[in-house]
Amino acid sequence: MTYIGKSVKRVEDKRFITGKGNYTDDIVLPGMLHAFILRSPHAHARINSIDISEAEKAEGVVKIYTGKDIAESGVGGIPTGWQVNFKNGDTMKEPPHPILVTDKVLHVGDNIACVIAETKQQAKDASELIEVDYELLDAVSNPRDAAADGAPLVHDDAPNNICFDWELGNPKEEVDAALEGAHHITKLELRNQRVVPNAIEPRCAIGQYEDSTGKYTLYTTSQNPHLTRLLMTAFVLGIPEHKVRVVAPDVGGGFGSKIYHYAEEAMMIWASQRIGRPIKWTSDRSEAFMTDAHGRDHVTTAEMGFDKDGKIVGLRVNTHANLGAYLSTFAPAVPTWLHGTLLQGVYTTPKIHIDLVATFTHTTPVDAYRGAGRPEATYLLERLMDTAALEMDMDPTELRFKNFIPAFDGVEQEGYTTQVALQYDSGNYETVFKRALEMVDYDNFRKEQEEARKNGKYLGIGFSTYIEACGIAPSAVVGALGARAGLYEVGQVRVQPTGKVSVFTGAHSHGQGHETTFAQVVADRFGIPLEDVEIIHGDSDSVAFGMGTYGSRSLAVGGSAIVKSIDKIIEKGNKIAAHKLEASEDDIEFAEGKWTVKGTDKSIGFGDVALTAYVPHDYPEGVEPGLDFSSFYDPANFTYPNGAHIAVVEVDKDTGKVTLKRFIAVDDVGNVINPMIVDGQIHGGLAQGIGQALHEGAIYDDFGQLVNASYMDYTMPRADDLPSFEIDRIETPCPHNPLGVKGAGEAGAIGSTPAVVNAVMDALRPHGIKNLEMPLTPERVWQAMQS
Amino acid sequence: MIPAKFDYERAGSVDEALTMLAQHGDSAKILAGGHSLIPAMKLRLNQPGVLIDIGRIKELRYIKDGGDHVAIGAGATHDDILNSDHFGGGLEMWTEAAGMIGDPQVRHKGTLGGSIAHADPAADWPAVLLASDATIVVKGSGGQREIASSDFFTGFYMTDLQDGELILEIRVPKPPAGSKSSYQKFMQPASRFAIVGCAAVITMDGGSCSRARVGMTGVADGPYRATNVEDALTGKSLDEGAVESACADAAEGQSVMSDHFASEGYREHLARVYAKRAVMAAS
Amino acid sequence: MSVRIQVTINGQSREAEVEPRTLLVDFLREHLQLTGTHVGCDTSSCGACNILIDGQSAKSCTMLAAQVDGSEIITVEGLAQNGNLHPIQEGFKEEHGLQCGFCTPGMMMTAVDLLNHNPDPSESEIRHALEGNFCRCTGYHNIVRSVQYAAKKIRESKKEAVA
Ligand SMILES: Cc1cc2nc3c(=O)[nH]c(=O)nc-3n(C[C@H](O)[C@H](O)[C@H](O)COP(=O)(O)OP(=O)(O)OC[C@H]3O[C@@H](n4cnc5c(N)ncnc54)[C@H](O)[C@@H]3O)c2cc1C
Ligand code: FES
Ligand code: FES
Repeated sequence: MTYIGKSVKRVEDKRFITGKGNYTDDIVLPGMLHAFILRSPHAHARINSIDISEAEKAEGVVKIYTGKDIAESGVGGIPTGWQVNFKNGDTMKEPPHPILVTDKVLHVGDNIACVIAETKQQAKDASELIEVDYELLDAVSNPRDAAADGAPLVHDDAPNNICFDWELGNPKEEVDAALEGAHHITKLELRNQRVVPNAIEPRCAIGQYEDSTGKYTLYTTSQNPHLTRLLMTAFVLGIPEHKVRVVAPDVGGGFGSKIYHYAEEAMMIWASQRIGRPIKWTSDRSEAFMTDAHGRDHVTTAEMGFDKDGKIVGLRVNTHANLGAYLSTFAPAVPTWLHGTLLQGVYTTPKIHIDLVATFTHTTPVDAYRGAGRPEATYLLERLMDTAALEMDMDPTELRFKNFIPAFDGVEQEGYTTQVALQYDSGNYETVFKRALEMVDYDNFRKEQEEARKNGKYLGIGFSTYIEACGIAPSAVVGALGARAGLYEVGQVRVQPTGKVSVFTGAHSHGQGHETTFAQVVADRFGIPLEDVEIIHGDSDSVAFGMGTYGSRSLAVGGSAIVKSIDKIIEKGNKIAAHKLEASEDDIEFAEGKWTVKGTDKSIGFGDVALTAYVPHDYPEGVEPGLDFSSFYDPANFTYPNGAHIAVVEVDKDTGKVTLKRFIAVDDVGNVINPMIVDGQIHGGLAQGIGQALHEGAIYDDFGQLVNASYMDYTMPRADDLPSFEIDRIETPCPHNPLGVKGAGEAGAIGSTPAVVNAVMDALRPHGIKNLEMPLTPERVWQAMQS
Repeated sequence: MIPAKFDYERAGSVDEALTMLAQHGDSAKILAGGHSLIPAMKLRLNQPGVLIDIGRIKELRYIKDGGDHVAIGAGATHDDILNSDHFGGGLEMWTEAAGMIGDPQVRHKGTLGGSIAHADPAADWPAVLLASDATIVVKGSGGQREIASSDFFTGFYMTDLQDGELILEIRVPKPPAGSKSSYQKFMQPASRFAIVGCAAVITMDGGSCSRARVGMTGVADGPYRATNVEDALTGKSLDEGAVESACADAAEGQSVMSDHFASEGYREHLARVYAKRAVMAAS
Repeated sequence: MSVRIQVTINGQSREAEVEPRTLLVDFLREHLQLTGTHVGCDTSSCGACNILIDGQSAKSCTMLAAQVDGSEIITVEGLAQNGNLHPIQEGFKEEHGLQCGFCTPGMMMTAVDLLNHNPDPSESEIRHALEGNFCRCTGYHNIVRSVQYAAKKIRESKKEAVA
């Protein structure tokens, strides 16, 4: 293989490094207007009146819309794509999510009015003239408080703010009994705090309607343009899907926050049709803080029982998950099927039960953020493991070795069936951990730590051996679990008459490097130069369909769809080649860019077959011309990347400030097509996971105000906050997809957070501190050291 | 983020700037590096009618040796100070502090005059000016005057600067022989302003401290000189224990600030720690 | 009111009438269609908008177009010379210093400025110099490598030029 497994430099880079990227906000359409969305400064308030009369008169204003206009046009609200039922079978509460509110605002940043003007300056100026009369109401932001009796209600028809309750695992009584009989129980109260995704490119949407053709175009910062089109046309605006083109051009990072269909997208399309001119809306960073879907936000009580040898006997989890004020696209799936199902971890825990309550609060909607549910599961498991080791006076590495699921490849040995509804594909968890321990030189570290303690320095080491589920999903499975969409992927491969190849994928690259990785796969399978392959994505008019990029699914699902199409092309090529070479199809084989008659030197090249397919003068009977196939790939199972992360920290005893000294990550993401790109994915994930452990966290006050809604207050990890990472890989192929890949996009963010927190707890051991809430800010650490 | 409308005038000289200021009165604001003013205007927290750009006035941008003092033009940028070799002999903290302000781009544009006029309670320079006994030279329609830095900073974003006055120069007396200085800062991790900043100038004479100047910022609603710390240091040989106890009340008498990065108690503690670190580094 | 300005951008002289409140970044992106310079925040924090003004890196979101009248500006579009990538551009490509590419132009402008002053920076000097540039994708690891790559390349080409 020429390309697969090699760190091929990215083909997409040139346009980015020369400033020629084409991001949504770079697009200027003739006659384009600009929109400004007036947003609620309050978390919860009744709107008595909105007066736009002065604003309408302002210079340059074309039109101002309020919720009344939208409601009167009969347009629906923003839907959610997943349904989870109450334990008793009742359907979840699904309150309306209007594009512009009419009578009540439910979180800071809620959309009130849309001002459309000739320039963005004028739109902003006019917005300042709108008078809104609010009647302030009490607000609640913590998911557990929200469920308490008497808490302020977000939606009148969701008593106790409960959207649904949910459970998974072994029968509760069995888990209770297992814990009852345990030799030791470790119990932790954990807060997996809310984080703000913060893709550096703010969201942007341009709506364009052409009266002459009746066609709409939406340019948007999206991770999945087709899903946005489906949701917007079928559920929100009721406009014909085939008349709508959604383009997600270059997108500046997503991390989950650009999966969802947002109100502003529908707003721009709706208004452009009414006004007859294209309209652009670009988010400010402050708006992004208030309106991009946030991540995490769980309040959890977790208990793990052990026998006297340190074997886990049971796990009981009780979680309140915050959904925010409205249900975002994937929100119900995240704390349930992406979280509860991962509570097996990489351990042989025989009994597991999770009880979960998902609540509405007066906060920005919460949805999938890099890792989505799996970081929350990993966090509680791995915090329990290191804490249990401490409590039982065992080494945390030893405790893990006692509990790992033994290695299995999913071919010779069967997949591992968990207590929480999954079957792991293949894994070698012990080997992965051993490699990481080697890299950190564990034995030596403990000596160094001892020495340092004598000199009044606090060094600590923390571990995390995680597993996650990627490559969502078998559609039938997720359908049964409440998904309102299939989660397959589409890959079309078009061999052009000259033998050059255009590939259309429903996955979307916003940093992941699909234009390179996918081309590597295609070039190798066809045995042609990489330059002869072009990857096309992000435009619903050129790509047949697609479910987009998230959940580390692109290569496992999108790549597999492409491979299916490649196989179909080779098969058709067999027929054409057999005809041209005057051999039987059975005697034809394809390798390295040519079809050969087995055992002879008679062959025909890739380009010749392509040309023949399009100029079928001398052509096999009954075969259609052309060489162009499209495939839908619906995976047989999820994929299960896993890994071992180790953090080494030092705590400044005078200030409580934590310095991350080393970070080791060994990940098993299955086969690797482009090591350079995979490493990059791991690095980025690590920075986000470490950010959550030490720096980041949305803070809501008692009034539901987001206190730190700017970069002056919300700590983003910077270059000098982080060390260089030490990473390695173990490759255990995924047995059920043709590429053997598992996915690498989220691994870093999932494994790293508990490793860092565990390391800080290890450093603080002399102080008898067992548990602190994230982020581990200097003050939090210092205060704990005082008591 | 778009500022509200305003008019713009560029001054070519100090006199021209003063004339413009006098002409526009209250509605005018000086624009120097713009790195406090423009962010505030983008958020529409500040909506001046006229901006008078003094950023091009050459006669305001210099750092000179004035014999017994170093003279810094109000228009000198943080980066100018960082790269200047005038700050030795007990003034090292000037370079240190300059290097800790914001990031390279902020340092390239932000000016010393702008920073002290803005008087952000978490800004770095005020602590350094106080520890330096610096004098601020200002000029307005009423003529030129000199203000001791201890009189200049009057509170939360407040200074003694009068309407229509322009800062021209900051005069930094050279400390006595045998002096060393240091600026130590505990950063607010998001903005990187000071949660606590401490500037210390220590003069040693035969093994004991003969003079101490300690300026603090970030701790309280305005910068201050920790005179109790200075007094406690003077006359002592500065071993770690002595310094620690001298710095024990570094926040005494101040109305200490509190926010989600640092509560009042923690800030007070950090004031002690950073006062000690600065004094140790300067002795 | 409007202000008349003249600037030299990437070697070309440009003149324009602008509203005083026009931010430099909007002037570049909207008046001159130089959209390689990005906006990532509204608090002058992220550095996505960094450009070189008279040789120094600066945040174009925190300056008025009026302030740069008469200045010489280089944006990401002006880094490559005669079709040859600048060493920093090469470095970002070779070392995978970019993923989504949104922070990249600002990052590179900061790095160019650093290397102009410090041709052989240590890792910690590089990380410190990048403190005003946020990247959410790369974890900065490969950005550091990219700057090191460029530094080496520039040093070597200078040596060659001398020899
Ligand atoms: C991202 C970021 C990070 C920062 N981090 C820090 C930090 O860590 N520490 C720190 O101390 N600062 C920090 N700053 C602030 C920075 O130092 C500013 O540059 C400085 O505070 C203001 O200087 P300026 O020249 O930009 O003033 P401008 O913004 O131009 O003006 C500020 C105020 O001073 C007035 N003014 C300016 N010059 C004069 C004069 N000569 N006479 C009278 N009035 C005048 C103006 O009218 C205005 O009211 C940061 C700024 C940013 C954007
Ligand atoms: S856009 Fe200029 S610093 Fe963020
Ligand atoms: S590459 Fe995406 S923000 Fe840096």
